[in-house]
Amino acid sequence: MRSLFLAAACAAALMAGSGAAFAQSKPLAFCSEGSPENFGPMTATSGTSNTAAATPIYNRLIEFDRGTTDLVPGLAESYDVSADGTVYTLKLRKGVKFHKTSYFTPTRDFNADDVLFTINRQFDKKHPYYPVNGGKYEYFSSLGMEDALAKVEKIDDYTVRLTIKEALSPFVTNLAMDFMSMYSAEYADKLMAAKTPEKIDLEPIGTGAFQFVAYQKDAVIRYRANADYWKPKAAVTDLIFAITPDAAVRFAKLKANECQVMALPAPADIAAMKTDANINLMEREGLNVGYLAYNVEKKPLDDVRVRKALNMAVNKAAIIQAIYLGAGKAAKNPMPPTIWGYNDAVQDDPYDPEAAKKLLADAGLANGFETDIWAMPVSRPYNPGARRMAEMIQADWEKIGVKGKIVTFEWAEYLKRGRSGEHQTYLLGWTGDTGDPDNFLFELLGCSAAKNGGNRARWCNQDFEALVQKARKTAVKTERTAFYEQAQVIFKKEAPWLTIAHSVAYVPMRKGVEGFKMDPLGRYDFYAVSVK
Amino acid sequence: MFGFLLARLGLVIPTFLGITILAFGLIRMVPGDPIELMAGERGITPERHARLRAEMGFDRPLPVQYADYVVRSLHGDLGKSIVTRESVLTEFLTLFPATVELALSAMLVALVIGLPAGILAAVNRGGPLDYAVMGFSLTGYSMPIFWWALLLILTFSVTLGWTPVTGRIGLVYFFEPVTGFMLIDSLRSDQPGAFVSAVRHLILPALALGTIPMAVIARMTRSAMLEVLSEDYVRTARAKGASPLRVVGIHALRNALIPVVTVIGLQVGSLFAGAVLTETIFAWPGIGKWLIESINRRDYPVLQGGLLLVASVIILVNLLVDLTYGAINPRIRRG
Repeated sequence: MRSLFLAAACAAALMAGSGAAFAQSKPLAFCSEGSPENFGPMTATSGTSNTAAATPIYNRLIEFDRGTTDLVPGLAESYDVSADGTVYTLKLRKGVKFHKTSYFTPTRDFNADDVLFTINRQFDKKHPYYPVNGGKYEYFSSLGMEDALAKVEKIDDYTVRLTIKEALSPFVTNLAMDFMSMYSAEYADKLMAAKTPEKIDLEPIGTGAFQFVAYQKDAVIRYRANADYWKPKAAVTDLIFAITPDAAVRFAKLKANECQVMALPAPADIAAMKTDANINLMEREGLNVGYLAYNVEKKPLDDVRVRKALNMAVNKAAIIQAIYLGAGKAAKNPMPPTIWGYNDAVQDDPYDPEAAKKLLADAGLANGFETDIWAMPVSRPYNPGARRMAEMIQADWEKIGVKGKIVTFEWAEYLKRGRSGEHQTYLLGWTGDTGDPDNFLFELLGCSAAKNGGNRARWCNQDFEALVQKARKTAVKTERTAFYEQAQVIFKKEAPWLTIAHSVAYVPMRKGVEGFKMDPLGRYDFYAVSVK
Repeated sequence: MFGFLLARLGLVIPTFLGITILAFGLIRMVPGDPIELMAGERGITPERHARLRAEMGFDRPLPVQYADYVVRSLHGDLGKSIVTRESVLTEFLTLFPATVELALSAMLVALVIGLPAGILAAVNRGGPLDYAVMGFSLTGYSMPIFWWALLLILTFSVTLGWTPVTGRIGLVYFFEPVTGFMLIDSLRSDQPGAFVSAVRHLILPALALGTIPMAVIARMTRSAMLEVLSEDYVRTARAKGASPLRVVGIHALRNALIPVVTVIGLQVGSLFAGAVLTETIFAWPGIGKWLIESINRRDYPVLQGGLLLVASVIILVNLLVDLTYGAINPRIRRG
């Protein structure tokens, strides 16, 4: 048995005990990019919804430390894992209050019943709340919780035991994800008795730093600081989201001080933001990777020499200048350097068209060949301009005698055809959900992903797979790190992708906004943020 | 009059049927489905994809789905959004007042400026005023809303600071919506300054959206006026010594208004279309933005229900326009 988190838990308890509070500040208005799907983190999965619901309103058993992907205690003070890695026993925090709002007054503190409600609503198909609001728990099933969990038990009011079928190290990271936000079972019962269970995802009750006040669709969301928060109270009392879909308009609102922090600036506005005296521009590398996948099931891309030659023919630096406007970093691994387990010793394929020609000749393709280049129709954080990028790759390949034909479809169709492997080469990318290497290596390059279409290279390499599977079965981080580092070496040697770039994420805010930390998972967290 | 109304209403039923077929058919002709989009970059096994389709009822034969849609619509049940899980009618009723408020204000701007401008241009035909009005209206008509709206924001909100950038009311004002019309709700709220704030927020979006109808109305009024001013009865009115104001304002304008009213009725459709862009730029919580987002997310129930509701409104407005002709010109009234 290993007891984790003890030191961190002590530190948190000390902080809470000392009664430290942030200086109270003016209201904070945040220009967000869209309306949340709803306020239920189990059913709504978009980043926009997570920023609007899971982050301000709820807590998880285990949480990501603000601004990092490190795990710290949340509503569970500590947990133990059995020696075989299949039984997790969690000790719950005492004295945690749910929100008291105009529509609900809690009569008891957070306890094991709430944990059971939260998990069973998504896990137990017979649970009365399972079918409420659609009965689809996208993350719970796609991150494998549905398949992994065996049993959920309440030992006593403040102890919960979770049993999984076999050891699975990313399991504990999953507990920190937004879909594991702790709902109030008491509130759920009350809604069920009133025959309005659907309100559970519309009028939220959580334990988080802010409580929900009002929402006008496509216009405004209002929150108030939770006065009974189990950590020091949030610095701002009134938090307001002004929903503003257009990036240029969000920037105009920021300049007019109609909001103090804005979401997702347009790449073209970054230069102006940098020179604006009233604006602070925070930046950090995004938790993402943009890539071009080679379909290894199709000739001649099944030949590693051909894939390497194509990699070496592409001038990555020029792409980063032109497409990412400099706000990107060349990628050599299939995961970003912000994640633990990143292997910095891996050497990227050099830009060398002559060597590429020679490799092609070795592969018996001295006269080149024809291929397609699939380009997404939409701008994504990991690739702001796929069409243009495809044209640049096409021009580079032309120089070694490879003729590329650019193919594109409407977004849903593009995704569908890509999953069924119609392409030869395919531009796409990934923004991490969890900050765990498994979320990149297993999800995008594993053999099961080659079957479900998540692995667009359709690459199933037994050595790579064995390492990633071994890493999934051990909970020791140093061992996992070693497995992942080796896996990245194999990936580079086999070259199923042209790794293109990790883009940089920006958050512009007014001068006078203090305490903001950029979230690697791309959400916006206003706990501890104040406005002068 | 009654027969005319009946004949008009008779046309409404096939129109509605046509709309349901269009709304239903067009969405399904767009490739890709909501599940593909939900999965995004992630992989999804064909089994799971099939299961989710079945849960949403999209695996049934298309005629069955269509019949289901028509029958439910007739019972007033437009279904629930597959994204927000909120009923389509509730969402529509929440958002529609904002669009109406914006469209009416835009129409008001268009009329208040466009109508007098057209009359002035006609009366001063060939003069500098005529050229100025026609020049401005051509410019206004050709202006892309997207660009024009941003230009207005940058000039009046960011540089001059006269108007707020976006939103419907200042963030300091907070009251529960009762009617959904911000101008009315802000008056009812009794919060000092709320109404003024709501009006200030409405100016730029109304101007941006009203520019094209304003240009159309100005040009239409001018040409209709020119035609009417050369009629015999206008000459007669002048000959018998009626004042120029009376000739233009009473004799000519009333008859010139008929084509103008038709154009106004037709502009309602383009106002809704323009509202999509205007609402997106000004973060205006109306139905235009709602529908666009539903297309992107393949939210079939919202599109089917929403289009039906919007079409009903446009049909109703055009019916009212037809009825207005009679009020303006008794010769059009039918027995």
